[in-house]
Amino acid sequence: MTACGQDRNALAAYLDGELAGEQERKLAEHLRSCPECAAEVAAQVRLRRAMKPAAMRFAPSAEFRRKVQGQIAPKRSAGLRWLWPAAVAALAMMVLAVVWTRQSAARNEAFQEVADLHVADMASANPYDVVSSDRHTVKPWFQGKIPFAFNLPEFAGSEFTLLGGKLVYLHQQATAQLVVGTGKHKISVMIVQDDAKFGTALPFAGGVSVRDSFNVETWEKNGLRFYVIGDAEQGAIHRLAQALQGANG
Amino acid sequence: MERAFFEQLAMPLFDQLYNHACWLTGDRADAEDLVQETYAKALKGFGSFAEGTNLRAWMFRILRNAFLNSRSGLKQKTSYLEDEETGLDEAVAHEVTPEALLLATESQEAVFRALEKLPVAHREIILLCDVDEMSYREIAQVLDVPAGTVMSRLARARRNLRAALGAREAVR
Repeated sequence: MTACGQDRNALAAYLDGELAGEQERKLAEHLRSCPECAAEVAAQVRLRRAMKPAAMRFAPSAEFRRKVQGQIAPKRSAGLRWLWPAAVAALAMMVLAVVWTRQSAARNEAFQEVADLHVADMASANPYDVVSSDRHTVKPWFQGKIPFAFNLPEFAGSEFTLLGGKLVYLHQQATAQLVVGTGKHKISVMIVQDDAKFGTALPFAGGVSVRDSFNVETWEKNGLRFYVIGDAEQGAIHRLAQALQGANG
Repeated sequence: MERAFFEQLAMPLFDQLYNHACWLTGDRADAEDLVQETYAKALKGFGSFAEGTNLRAWMFRILRNAFLNSRSGLKQKTSYLEDEETGLDEAVAHEVTPEALLLATESQEAVFRALEKLPVAHREIILLCDVDEMSYREIAQVLDVPAGTVMSRLARARRNLRAALGAREAVR
């Protein structure tokens, strides 16, 4: 109690804003008329004010804040961090898939054209424009008809026989088609100016591959693309390819 | 996204909780342990935290319980028990006149030192009221005591602080 009979705790509660409306009004009135209580309140106000800086006495380090924040942060932030490379990988896969599909389509298209030409020729009643087993007859026949020159190996004494040649169009380009026989099989050799679009798309460069029951080998040399295709066994296709590569080295 | 919601609500209290923990423990490393434990426990219990109730009081309470269970808290636990029984002689505190109190508050350091020397239960309640500016109701939630206990303990704490400041002033 103060000298005037005022409860000191009531003064504190008043300063803490915890007195009910009526009590607060009465005390405020009392303070205006009692210098002793006014001095007490002034001192308590001063003490409270001196206490305020205690709120900022200890500040956490940025490092500690990050640590705690990292522990409570939603998993999504961590998730996104490893999702990011996964997303990149997924995107790369998609791009690869698209490229592969397009290459695959181009490859199939390229192969299909070659195979179609071969099949069409085998079924044709007039399979050759120039019928000759002599490479020195066949090769000049193409001069002026195709915008490039090629060489043929000497077939005499080999398992292969040159049957004839024909001017065809592959990838909308003038193409020399040579038909070579081996045993009962006929093999087509297509020679055309190389088109990067098809050339890079063909995975079977450098070996015989099987496409739709045909064996096929293809390669590029000096700007020319060669296809060797037929139903002969793979070894025969490959040997013919080697003979052609030797003649056009 | 409960975690995101918790982060959004709880992180603004970080500085306050850390400062309070430092005042309680008197040691930054202990305070960091307390704050870290508080956030971990609060996140875990956030599902049971009723929205619309006082998150600040709830987290201060978690911090306080963690402190009482900690090594530094156990050492000071006796001061909680002593608090209710041993009332300071009211006359001693009130010999410190308003004038002497005003003089004592001139020195910020003196006020801090007096606060540090208080029993932890008194230091704690004065900090919650004057520094963190909590209402008696909030303080009651933090300390898990009835509102009447808040008022009486706060009164004892303030007398205690006043006596400490007055004694300091008298020595000077």
